Amino acid sequence: MSTARAERLVNLVLALLSTRQYLTAERIRGIVPGYADAASDEAYFRMFERDKTELRELGIPLETGRNSAFDAIDGYRIARRDYELGEIDLAPDEATAVGLAVRLWDSPELTGEAQGALVKLRAAGVEVDDQAPTVVEPRVRAEPAFGPLLAAVQAGQAVRFEYRRSGSAERKIRTLEPWGVVSWRGRWYVVGHDRDRGAPRCFRLSRVTGKVDAFGPPGVVERPEGVNLLRMVSASSSEDPSAVTTASVWVADGRAAGVRRRGRVVGRSDAGGEEGDLVEIALFYPESAADWLTAHGPDVLVLEPEVLAKSVFSRLEAIAHAGGAR
Amino acid sequence: MSATGRMPRLLALVPYLLARPGIKIDDAAHDFDVTPKQLRKDLELLWMCGLPGYGPGDLIDLSFEGDTIVVTHDAGMNRPLRLTGGEATAMLVALRALAETPGVVDADAVRRAIAKIEAAAGQAQPSGIVVGGGVREGKKTAGTREAVRSALTAKRALRIRYYTASKDEITERTVDPMRLLIVQAVGYLEAWCRRAEGVRLFRLDRIDELTVLGEPAVPPAHARPTDLSDGVFRPRPDQQEGVLVLDPDARWVAEYYPCEELDELDGGRLRIRMRYADESWMVRLILGLGGDAQVESPAALGEAVRQRAADALARARHLTSTYEQ
Repeated sequence: MSTARAERLVNLVLALLSTRQYLTAERIRGIVPGYADAASDEAYFRMFERDKTELRELGIPLETGRNSAFDAIDGYRIARRDYELGEIDLAPDEATAVGLAVRLWDSPELTGEAQGALVKLRAAGVEVDDQAPTVVEPRVRAEPAFGPLLAAVQAGQAVRFEYRRSGSAERKIRTLEPWGVVSWRGRWYVVGHDRDRGAPRCFRLSRVTGKVDAFGPPGVVERPEGVNLLRMVSASSSEDPSAVTTASVWVADGRAAGVRRRGRVVGRSDAGGEEGDLVEIALFYPESAADWLTAHGPDVLVLEPEVLAKSVFSRLEAIAHAGGAR
Repeated sequence: MSATGRMPRLLALVPYLLARPGIKIDDAAHDFDVTPKQLRKDLELLWMCGLPGYGPGDLIDLSFEGDTIVVTHDAGMNRPLRLTGGEATAMLVALRALAETPGVVDADAVRRAIAKIEAAAGQAQPSGIVVGGGVREGKKTAGTREAVRSALTAKRALRIRYYTASKDEITERTVDPMRLLIVQAVGYLEAWCRRAEGVRLFRLDRIDELTVLGEPAVPPAHARPTDLSDGVFRPRPDQQEGVLVLDPDARWVAEYYPCEELDELDGGRLRIRMRYADESWMVRLILGLGGDAQVESPAALGEAVRQRAADALARARHLTSTYEQ
């Protein structure tokens, strides 16, 4: 931005803040320095339009209205109470939290926004050191869909996006009335009414592919009363695990440290001349336990329960036979 | 809007200076993340601005004394502009995520900060966003985290018993702690590993035992923090490459590990190229997929997977017959 334009914009803000009367474009042209340079009426109005857009993009609440019924056209002013950030004073430990929060995002866009907030908090007199060394560095990642989806939630607008379900190549267009964006266990979800299914659904942001398209008029999407967004997400993701069964496995000596550290050695045995320990393990998810135990090949053999032993056995056969077929 | 743009800075400068009479130009420049030269230019610009009339009493007035500044007339610009919706969201959501991450800062302080910023931000409060269920942390991991934290604060070396998933082995190491990281809700200790002679990330839930040593932590001067911009996993140049075909049930692999998606095949299958440092790890991964992934190359990897499966079947048969006798 040129120095002349920056100066003009600051003067415009000051002029509009200081007036209770609405100032018409013509009056602004007459009093705010910089506009007098406009070569023609048309050039001035173009310039003024661009400046109004700039102020609105900065988040400045530009009011339009007329001072009396006799006025022919709208004028402009900025209401101080809408412009100004409220009073704020942070205790040192609160300021430390803010300094850390600014560094939390793993996204340049959100980091930029957080820093914009920090500039204003500092201007309100708050002392924040955002470079203080810290022993713990948390990071929060935001997928590209985060911004557009949150904007749609806040605008009350429906969205369309391409979505890939877990374990499927198929990308389907989903149409959603979004109620909220939710973080759960370090992952982001969008929750809302799925128009195609006619039911509430959660979608993981990392599986949204391509652009999020907000459509239709804003303000039409309403979140039903009493809906708990967090509970919807936590219910659809896995619950806290509790052990469902105990397995007994044989583990070759000196092998499969990952299995050993989760279990308890209860005896000794040999398998085909190979010495090993008998280990008992508490299992949380029997299905994924079969995958995990199969991964160790001949180093881990399942003795009990039989259903798990069979499950591992059939996985091994599938692999061995796939080899034969090729 | 760029937060580091000139307009947001110009609008914030006068209130910032009003709150800090006599601040050094260098200090103010540091807070705004600009050079002192740029800050002087900004101040010169503001000096030319003011209220209609633009006489001596209408203009913003600043007095410079040496390298310090005092605002003597603010022309009505005495408070910062309110937060935009985007700024309030980025700040408040980050704070809520911080409150959900154990052991970083006092969660109570975070909640107080949130309440104060929400009150000041007024209508810019982010709605429609919920942050919950932060870190799923076991009791043991919480203990590990606390011990690591105190070692970092006291700058002491650590002796750890660590499970390396990639090698499926447990090793004892002496490490010089550098940082405690929480990435995507998982905690890591970043440290100089004296055994590997390099900077390593240790997942807290894989540290089985930990002793804070009496000796100081002395990471060598050339130890650099890990670049996390592409996540925690990073391909290393010494790795091998394999080409796999994943059945639909195994497609999560492409989501979970960094890899290159080559082709979508019929039946929802996906061909990927994946790097791996350790063949035994790769063999375990593929075995664990239980036939839902086929190795296309290298041939030796496919052969190793089949051999392990065949050996396991042979041994399982033997064991069953031993037990049945």
